[in-house]
Amino acid sequence: MALIELENIVKTYFLGEMDVPVLKGINLSIERGEYVALMGASGSGKSTLMNILGCLDRPTGGKYFFDGEEIGQASGDRRAMVRNQKIGFVFQSFNLLPRTSALENVIMPLSYTAGNLSMAERRKRGLAALAEVGISDRAGHQPSQLSGGQQQRVAIARALINRPPVIFADEPTGNLDTHTSLEVMDMFSKLNSEGITVILVTHSADIARYAKRTICMSDGQIVSGIFGEEASK
Amino acid sequence: MKTTDTVFMSLKALLRNPTRTLLTMLGIIIGIAAVITMMEIGQGSSRSIREAMEKMGAGSGLILPGWRRAAGVNTRSGSMTWLLPSDAEAILRECPTVSMVSPQVQASNMQVVYGSANWVPAQMYGVAPEFFTIRDWQLEEGRFFSQREVDINARVCLVGQTIVNEVFYGASPLDCEIRIRDVTFRVIGVLKSKGANMMGSDEDDVIIMPWTTTRMRITGRRTGSITGTTSTLAQKPGEVYPVKGVAFYPEQDSNLVADTLVQPRFTYIDWIVFSATDPNKIDVARKEVTDLLRERHGLSATQEDDFRIRSASDFLRMMNTTSSLMSNLLLGVAIISLIVGGIGIMNIMLVSVTERTREIGLRMAVGARSRDILQQFLIEAIVLCLVGGILGILLGHGAALLIESQLNWPIGSSPGAVIAAFVVSVSIGIVFGFYPAWKASKLDPIEALRYE
Repeated sequence: MALIELENIVKTYFLGEMDVPVLKGINLSIERGEYVALMGASGSGKSTLMNILGCLDRPTGGKYFFDGEEIGQASGDRRAMVRNQKIGFVFQSFNLLPRTSALENVIMPLSYTAGNLSMAERRKRGLAALAEVGISDRAGHQPSQLSGGQQQRVAIARALINRPPVIFADEPTGNLDTHTSLEVMDMFSKLNSEGITVILVTHSADIARYAKRTICMSDGQIVSGIFGEEASK
Repeated sequence: MKTTDTVFMSLKALLRNPTRTLLTMLGIIIGIAAVITMMEIGQGSSRSIREAMEKMGAGSGLILPGWRRAAGVNTRSGSMTWLLPSDAEAILRECPTVSMVSPQVQASNMQVVYGSANWVPAQMYGVAPEFFTIRDWQLEEGRFFSQREVDINARVCLVGQTIVNEVFYGASPLDCEIRIRDVTFRVIGVLKSKGANMMGSDEDDVIIMPWTTTRMRITGRRTGSITGTTSTLAQKPGEVYPVKGVAFYPEQDSNLVADTLVQPRFTYIDWIVFSATDPNKIDVARKEVTDLLRERHGLSATQEDDFRIRSASDFLRMMNTTSSLMSNLLLGVAIISLIVGGIGIMNIMLVSVTERTREIGLRMAVGARSRDILQQFLIEAIVLCLVGGILGILLGHGAALLIESQLNWPIGSSPGAVIAAFVVSVSIGIVFGFYPAWKASKLDPIEALRYE
């Protein structure tokens, strides 16, 4: 079974009298080790789909199998655990805790991990994650002392801390200049080559080109599932 | 998530904005400090009142003989004299909460003559050496008399300040010989002034001597006075208490009888003074003494006591009522100030939750459950209150020390108030921190992450 299986996922927002359908029956399957870009214009529903995939939101209808488990209707605590153990998030605006060192930002998710690790063990793992993204020399620095690219690397290290099978990146280069964008994207490629599934959300075709597969969304539906291969042909 | 982690995290979060943290805690600090200061001052004043009461003999009691009741006519207390020296000994021996006992023999309206001066002291009595401790008499100069001097009816006495002034015109009376009813007494000590008592009579107008001396050498010569308790009619307990088959004293063998000084006129004492091991236990001591004396006097269950016991326990009770009223008032004021402080905490915690919405969203995204977030903010509020409480305790104690040094008010430490302050701070943290924490835990992670 694929890592991610969506069966006819529907998401409707109920705003007072009016129902706003955002996702209109999504069927999607993503295998382990894939590198997928989720593209689409604003309002196409890609962020909503991403939230559902990332277990942050529940679909109104349909089934979502994550790692063989029906997670769409699972309890809040179960979903929190899945987010903690099996999913890493990288955000456009980094979302690092201010006035907190890079290392502590990286090991923050570990405090929500069941089977508590000792502080020394956590620091060891945090330093290893920072080394993996190549900024172990900045472990003691606070976010305000780091450049945008470095901050995003810290965020990636945080996403990696629990060795999740999948990383979601929501416009990871949106706040970065071209040069650092390339560095960050290289980082994702490297992680993908190590077997981690990467799912990118972006509206930039340049960024989407890094992915091996592109999913295009429009008006709550997938319009093309194999954009990447077609583009490369 | 481990609680220690959360506490650590909360401390860090609070230290991120020290000024605001301090200002937030101010309500709690002031509230707790006020409570601690008031409690310490309250403790100090109640202790000083208690000490003053003890000087007056708060922990002591007085046993008076009963009164004669004949054909419905009651004569005054002391008209019957049936307290024995052995009663005093038995009380000391058999009542565990009685720490000291002294017989007391009154000698009223006796003229004292020294040189050309003469004076009738308001109080003249004979006691045992323990009396001075029981009634908290201090020496100005000289010494107290000893048990040995009691045993030999020594003609020694101690005088109060008024006697020094009136009879000796202020000069030291030590080793002077005064005459009381043609008996010469050597003054061996001068008592420290006690001033007037609560009823306004002069406590220093007093001469104190061994009780055997009073009985044997002074009052024993008089007859007919109310407190002149020489009785020739009934001296043996068996005659006073004609109960069949009760032997008040063990049989003495002939050697012992031969060795014992026979003092035939010397049988009864006027009063017995006793002190309890603890001023608060005076009521227990009264009960024990009552039971013992009823038994010794062979009273049946239906008979009234043939003695009376007086003590300052009523004063103590009154004092306790007053101080508990004061504490309750203070508690009321403290609760109001702490509620105000708690509202301040809630206010700032709500601000903090709003301010850190993104952080909450992020924590949820990386796997924090609702209850982790609830715990985090609740513990933050508790830590805030607890630190405020500790600072308040220190500040309150400091203020109390300052008041002690500057205003000379007595203070006393109050461990109960400190413990209560801890408990109250934590409770305020829980009560006023819960709503903001609950609000934080109910945030939608998507909304929270998008919050600007």
